[in-house]
Amino acid sequence: MPEKAKKPEQPGAEPVGDLAVRLRGIGKRFPGVIANDDINIDVRRGTIHAIVGENGAGKSTLMKILYGVQPPDSGTIEIGGKQVSLSSPAEAIAQGVGMVFQHFMLADNLTVAENVVLGAEKLHGIGAGARAEITRISDSYGLGVDPDAMVEDLGVGARQRVEILKVLYRGARVIILDEPTAVLVPQEVDELFGNLRELKAEGLAVLFISHKLDEVLSVADDITVVRRGTTVATVDPSGTTARQLAELMVGSELPQPTREASTVTEEVLLDVRGLTLPTPTGRPLLDDVTFRIHRGEVLGIAGVEGNGQAELVEAIMGMRPGSTGSITVGGRDLSGTSTRERRESGIGYIPEDRHRHGLLLDAPLWENRVLGHQTRRPSVRRGLVDRRAATADTQRIINTYDVRTPGPNVPARALSGGNQQKLIVGREMSGEPTLLIAAHPTRGVDVGAQAAIWDQIRIARREGLAVLLISADLDELIGLSDRIEVVLRGRLVGEFDPTTVTPAQLGSAMTGAGDEPAQESA
Amino acid sequence: MTSLDPRIVRLLLAVGAPVLALGAAFAITSLVLLVAGDPVGEVWSTILSPPETRNVVNIINAATVLYLSGVAVAIGFRMNLFNIGVDGQYRVAAFAAAAVAGEAWLPGVLNMVLAVLVAMLAGAIWAGIAGLLRATRGVSEVISTIMLNFIATSVVAFMLRQLAVREEGSNIVSTRPIPEGSRLPGIPFGDLPNLEIYGFVVVAVAVGFGYWFVLNKTRFGFDLRATGRSAPAATASGISVRRMTIATMLLSGAIAGLVGMPLLLGSSYAYGSTFQSGLGFAGIAIALLGRNHPVGIALGALLFAFLDEQSNPLQILVGVSPDIVAITQGVVVLTVVISYEVVRRFGSRLEQRRVAAALATERASGTDDKQEARA
Repeated sequence: MPEKAKKPEQPGAEPVGDLAVRLRGIGKRFPGVIANDDINIDVRRGTIHAIVGENGAGKSTLMKILYGVQPPDSGTIEIGGKQVSLSSPAEAIAQGVGMVFQHFMLADNLTVAENVVLGAEKLHGIGAGARAEITRISDSYGLGVDPDAMVEDLGVGARQRVEILKVLYRGARVIILDEPTAVLVPQEVDELFGNLRELKAEGLAVLFISHKLDEVLSVADDITVVRRGTTVATVDPSGTTARQLAELMVGSELPQPTREASTVTEEVLLDVRGLTLPTPTGRPLLDDVTFRIHRGEVLGIAGVEGNGQAELVEAIMGMRPGSTGSITVGGRDLSGTSTRERRESGIGYIPEDRHRHGLLLDAPLWENRVLGHQTRRPSVRRGLVDRRAATADTQRIINTYDVRTPGPNVPARALSGGNQQKLIVGREMSGEPTLLIAAHPTRGVDVGAQAAIWDQIRIARREGLAVLLISADLDELIGLSDRIEVVLRGRLVGEFDPTTVTPAQLGSAMTGAGDEPAQESA
Repeated sequence: MTSLDPRIVRLLLAVGAPVLALGAAFAITSLVLLVAGDPVGEVWSTILSPPETRNVVNIINAATVLYLSGVAVAIGFRMNLFNIGVDGQYRVAAFAAAAVAGEAWLPGVLNMVLAVLVAMLAGAIWAGIAGLLRATRGVSEVISTIMLNFIATSVVAFMLRQLAVREEGSNIVSTRPIPEGSRLPGIPFGDLPNLEIYGFVVVAVAVGFGYWFVLNKTRFGFDLRATGRSAPAATASGISVRRMTIATMLLSGAIAGLVGMPLLLGSSYAYGSTFQSGLGFAGIAIALLGRNHPVGIALGALLFAFLDEQSNPLQILVGVSPDIVAITQGVVVLTVVISYEVVRRFGSRLEQRRVAAALATERASGTDDKQEARA
């Protein structure tokens, strides 16, 4: 097997245990993309091994290969010293490899025990034997999972522990966690790390995928950095800083959401009062939400996902029928108007899910430029789509916003996530908006595109737009916002000054812990 | 591949898919013939023999009717609406038009125009029911249009009995015939007398052009296509999906209303119990085959009409039932769906590779520049 010069260096310390997983020269090509190329990783037993890299670096592909979802085009996989070929997740599980996905795969209407047993009925039956085994695993790794609890009653952190338990129940000795902290607040992250340390103490190997460098440095024993599909280095966290890791990840300096001088004015551009979105049964999705955004101000909304952020955005955009309260943009009352009228009155909208709400994937870029601007020049004139003008304006966006594409006639699907997002940002900044709603604008984009999008939000602010920024990335919120509101169960429960707030404080407010006064006002 | 102009590649792919589908359909039909012990070669040589002038006229006339049906279905397809109800819509429409025109309230050509307008209105209303149900109650248009087909059959049969006039010495009941002055004259074709193409072929061509223009050039068409590609994205862009659903069904139904007009105004002059049925279902296959493209639908309609016409003498010449082409036509619907998906995936992979290659060269030259600058 030809070894290249960039073979990973072993950490300085003597290996603690023998190797649980050994990957050599793993390569995987997709049409037009090399997802993985000459990946070499050694995972020791009884350690937490972090894989870091920016979005699109090839981490997910690598993990899918290790979990048998996709076969590699080249290279070898050794598990416990034995070379294996994994052609399905079932084979991976049989080899003791388990995976916890970022999006949980649990049936809400079943109990924890039923979820764990589902698909593994042959191991310990479905009755008392299974329950005893679940309790045993839960106790020995300190997971604290109640087998009889209904999954729908569990919080995000507990659901994640159920997923981990599922994997352990199936006999996994190597556990892959794909961005496990993305859905957790800081306190839950600490709990998760406690659980992971228990696992490694029992001799299991944990593969931890993340791009949050501070977390990786605090929990991992070894860190392998993946860049452009290949392993560039394996480092020891004790001798490495986040900055060094970041530079290994991007191969250059890391962009930071740096704060700029305030441009906030007195003029209110968005005035939301008493916005409520009732549900036929139970708690409203939005409950008496009131806030204002001024010209030149960025208002950040922090919150654990699913606490009403998406509903808030959609209610402001007029996509949620049945909402009450008033929404005024630039002095014009938009309550009861259609989404189109709201867009025409100057709202730019970067949706949370760009594939679902932001793009026509099979349509060329110039048609995507027209989308959302069907009633405005230059896309449309007198009821007719002006292809030439729309194409020219798409080219302007491509140039100004650095969208990497051969041209405006390429279907949107052919672009990478970051370039798709840059196109959306460029489109939504067209037509002189007064309010920009940016929902998770940098989710799933690479570091380069992230920096560009941050710049655009800052430019929007400088040019006197009001910006509503929703993000799960607390650094992004703190770095870009002039003010942060925390949303919890559909209500705004606290306002913070980003210059003084810490992620931990935000985390407390997001979970409702230690913030009783806001709760009592109901 | 990458050296080819992307437009040419796209054209090749567009042509490749139906060719692949037809090839597969012919192969499967041949297989059926083989299994049944029928003479495969003779069947195909009969079907594929050059048609005579008389047959050409029949083919064009049948294709005119099928084309309108295909366009009506295609309008729905462009918005992801599966209007299976074209069949019921055109029958309701043709009956309404025949009933009104038979009364001859207006003179001459005006009566004919009125008949066409009534047909479009009736078709639109009939399809609009399904659109309304879909937009307000979320009822799948597939289910409701199928139901409406059955209802159409019964309603038309009932109404026909109410209005019918029975011809002397015949069991055929039909509406009152349209007066001579309100009939659409045909276009003479070839040297033989009495060979005429439906005058309505002009309208069919105009409908095809209008379909292309409205869908590809107007804002309405853009909204319609955008909704078809992604309803959530359309909603976020400010399109009212409900309104578009109703508008699209109305439009599809209005065109469906025209399907019976060439027959009514050009040959039968009345709606009777023998009025041709099943044209709406052929339209689904033709719209699929033609890829919802105005020219593609025309080619599909001509092909279906050609197969129908050329299979007529099969029973006499080779002793095989002409129904064999129904197998071909049916199989085409399946193979078309498969081959388009295969070609679409291939095409999008090709496109991604092209984009990646274009960007790779760009990036490579970019980094070279940087390195040079550094050095």
